Amino acid sequence: MKKMDPPPAAAYDGPPDYRAVGRHAVFPQTTHDEIERINFLAQLNRHLSARVVPGVAAAYEARVLPALRESLGREPRDRHEVRRALLGEPAFRTWSALRRLTMEQRQQAGRWTVLRQAGALADKAAALTKDDPRLQLDPALAIPRYVSAVDHHCMPGSYHAQRFHGDVSAGANYDHAGFVTTGGLLGRYSDGGGHAVVQWVRRNLPDFQPRAILEIGCTVGHSTLPIAQAFGDAEVVCVDVAAPVLRYALARAISLGVDNVRFVQANGEHLTGFADASFDWIQTTMFLHELSASALAAVFMETHRLLKPGGVVLHVEQPQYAKDMPLFEQAMRDWDAFYNNEPFWSRLHELDLDAAMQRAGFSRDELVHAKVHAVVDTTLFPDAASDDAEDYGRKAAWHVTGAVKSRSATGAAGAHDRSVS
Amino acid sequence: MSLAQALQAAGNKPAGKRPYFLEAEVERVLAVTMAVVQELAVARQRVDTLERLLQARGVLHEGEIDAFAPTPAAATERAQWTQEYLARVLRIVQQEAEAALAAGEPASEDVAREVSGPA
Repeated sequence: MKKMDPPPAAAYDGPPDYRAVGRHAVFPQTTHDEIERINFLAQLNRHLSARVVPGVAAAYEARVLPALRESLGREPRDRHEVRRALLGEPAFRTWSALRRLTMEQRQQAGRWTVLRQAGALADKAAALTKDDPRLQLDPALAIPRYVSAVDHHCMPGSYHAQRFHGDVSAGANYDHAGFVTTGGLLGRYSDGGGHAVVQWVRRNLPDFQPRAILEIGCTVGHSTLPIAQAFGDAEVVCVDVAAPVLRYALARAISLGVDNVRFVQANGEHLTGFADASFDWIQTTMFLHELSASALAAVFMETHRLLKPGGVVLHVEQPQYAKDMPLFEQAMRDWDAFYNNEPFWSRLHELDLDAAMQRAGFSRDELVHAKVHAVVDTTLFPDAASDDAEDYGRKAAWHVTGAVKSRSATGAAGAHDRSVS
Repeated sequence: MSLAQALQAAGNKPAGKRPYFLEAEVERVLAVTMAVVQELAVARQRVDTLERLLQARGVLHEGEIDAFAPTPAAATERAQWTQEYLARVLRIVQQEAEAALAAGEPASEDVAREVSGPA
């Protein structure tokens, strides 16, 4: 049998080989087969978004929407009507079943790799962070209901479960196998979101020289370290409710040579350990959708309280469900809310975030909006800006909602406003 | 943590009730199948790795595997392996065919009642 000609390399469109990811001292060791399991699952996700979703979209147009119009006697009014109709469509159900079990297989694959070496990883992290004042844990901190009720993105034990003292396995699992979901779109250190924010700030606020930076909901510091590196004179504080990811985060930062960060276990709704007007820049990245309605309001209030006059707050999230977003796209984007354990995702993306920011004390003319893409080393990793595949909620293309706080600090912040010298 | 504990924990369910999109039996079989598909991909890549390592060491040469022609005896051994393999994989189909011919068979539960009758 004659061997087929190999396809030209330039025609390749898909995730890079997992071996391109950046490693550091607490990154788990991976065998050949563990790497290939991650490669396979990344390709499976790519296949589902590039080759299966178009069939779902076609089925919606050809069968679901006409039947829905017929039964309603009108056009569907919202994404919930569309999603419920899709649940009767075999193409949607098959895609959904495959997408769900891809998440489950990814978790099992990543957790096996990490748990079989959990003790060694904890020892490495402990050796790097021993007595380091930049790790401030609070064992008494309650895990909020919106984190504990269902495990986000089907990650057993979420960010916070610990199997033994000093456990970092939740951080190691989240860090090393997130590649499956993003197909490398977040770059070498899963930090394309952080680089995107830095690029935006450099271009749009060229004179901004932050000295004190806060990231809320930092997990292992993926998005924080590029900010800390870009503004090396700044002191960066990262908070999260989960101890295992924070232990891992400091060890990872030290191993990557980033020293101007400290990691604090705290709830972003009540950052009572920090005085008013403590920060020049407050950042959240793909964090808001893992909150609740009341927590979102509290976090926004805290950002207003903690921000110095002239300071900047930026929230990076997937795009809101604007009126011009087709209901089919909204329903597909809602998939993660209902079937991938992201229970606040749906509500968050329909909220008027500008109004929420104003309720927290920012004035309308302080608000900023932007669109950013992951910024990665495109010699090895795919460029989200030129990626045509739509993976409804997974793509590394985000909206920024934020504010530049007035220097006069005379906003409508009421009791939360303080004038600062 | 022991290997047994790690294996168990790796497969833990996440908190939250699982949604099913297909008949539960069908979705269960699909999940098992996709796990097997995954492991086949892993095994295929491992073979590819071996081939490339052997080529790099000059043990195997480009095209040798595609040009491989087993001796008649080896071809027979390989064919027999495939037959045995298919018979194992499709055992249920064979047994259902046998059952169709054995119409009216009692179940063991039926026989249990029969043989356990009043003392």
